[in-house]
Amino acid sequence: MRFMTACSVMTFLLGTSVAYADTLRIGVEGNYPPFSQVAADGKLSGFDIEIAEALCAKMQVTCEMVQQEWDGMIPALNAKKFDVIVASMSITDKRKQVVDFSDPYYDVPSRFVAKDGAFAGYSPEDLKGKTIIVLRNSPRAEYIAANYPDSETLLVDKETAVYLELAAGRGDIGFGSSVVSGESFLKQPEGKGFAQVGEAIYLTDSTDGGVGIALRKGEDKLKGDINTALATVMKDGTYKSISAKYFDFNIMPKSAQP
Amino acid sequence: MINWQIVSETLPFFLDGLWITLLLLALSISAGLVLSIPLSVARASANPWIRIPVWSYTYVIRGTPLLVQLFIIYYGLPQFEAIRESAIWPVLRSPWFCAWLAFTLNTTAYTTEMFAGAIRATPAGEIEAARAIGLGRLQVLRDVFWPGAWRRALPQYCNEVVQMMHATALASTVTIVEILRVARDVYTNYLVLPESFGIAAAFYLTLTIILTQTFRLLERHYLRHLDPRASVSKAAAAEPIHA
Repeated sequence: MRFMTACSVMTFLLGTSVAYADTLRIGVEGNYPPFSQVAADGKLSGFDIEIAEALCAKMQVTCEMVQQEWDGMIPALNAKKFDVIVASMSITDKRKQVVDFSDPYYDVPSRFVAKDGAFAGYSPEDLKGKTIIVLRNSPRAEYIAANYPDSETLLVDKETAVYLELAAGRGDIGFGSSVVSGESFLKQPEGKGFAQVGEAIYLTDSTDGGVGIALRKGEDKLKGDINTALATVMKDGTYKSISAKYFDFNIMPKSAQP
Repeated sequence: MINWQIVSETLPFFLDGLWITLLLLALSISAGLVLSIPLSVARASANPWIRIPVWSYTYVIRGTPLLVQLFIIYYGLPQFEAIRESAIWPVLRSPWFCAWLAFTLNTTAYTTEMFAGAIRATPAGEIEAARAIGLGRLQVLRDVFWPGAWRRALPQYCNEVVQMMHATALASTVTIVEILRVARDVYTNYLVLPESFGIAAAFYLTLTIILTQTFRLLERHYLRHLDPRASVSKAAAAEPIHA
């Protein structure tokens, strides 16, 4: 009898741990303001975080945010440290080989950032021999490697370090998300004298439109639930009120815009 | 199991990383050795005006983590406009120089204390005996004092070199692509553990074995007089002992 009880308890425990129904663990980064940042008291905030919370509310699940360094994000997802990644991860063909993505939840272009007036132009010719600072293991790093073969690159660990190194003078020009440089770096005292330069660049070669929520391959039910919740959040005004807190322009992916 | 396809694809990157690790180690250890010899004499000095500044330096460096020292040099110093406009900025700009500076300052502090201890442990009788047989001050230093101190410090110095080799992994945090950085990139790009961190561990372990064996040879050479087996004849030593 006790054996039977033990078995049923086991079945119950296994049954609940397999489904995400009670707690959905979300991998976030914390080094990508204003999308994701950690305050001095350790509290996470930012667009990614609020979107994740809004999705959880719509899906009616409790969520737990797990902070993870950018480098180990996908490995940690596959090692089941968390169930989804909401960390401004661009949807790329390379990543799609190992994880699934939801529909895109935002899309912003990349921009160069440099001392105002330091360069006459921003073609591969103009930047020959110059040091370009860019986040390593990112689609932007691939873009620079492919299009600026004659430039030096300084590959840094986190997006915020691009601007830290640029301000410190360890490189000539930074390449990053236009929103991160615009909203966090250029509005700070350290960003004085710097500006976004050149054209806005959509990395259309390596992405199919923006930033998505990554999940382990084959979790189609969860993916469907997330996409439904995302569509609702985008329609019912939640998305708009969250994005208005951070941006004075529209970051909604073109495919989702009415 | 290990995917040898990935290993052979990424091995060239690991070998580049190994070269960088060895270069970082050699440059900081050799600078540390050169600096710590005069500093250890000052540290063991009877004059407090000489001893206390060196003691403060080793105390601060040994009392703070190397990673913190590296970050202060790499991220902290460029915060000051004066430093960015000074003559040292062109070298301080380079991640390489920052890593080398942090590692050298760190290993110098530990090695200085180690050597100072070996100097203080010199038996007074040894020096007196050398003087009594008529050796001059310089001869005593060269032939009795330094060789003795070196022998006493050697086993600990081996540990310091091995620890410094492991510490070079911290250079990966300041954009230097050494063994650990290669491993992290392989991990991120291929999402495999044995082929990334496993290979890195194998590299570090092999380096440790080579370093300790080299030091064992040095110890066998310099510390022969402490080896009980060295005092018996070769024939006797070769004879197996049956209880």
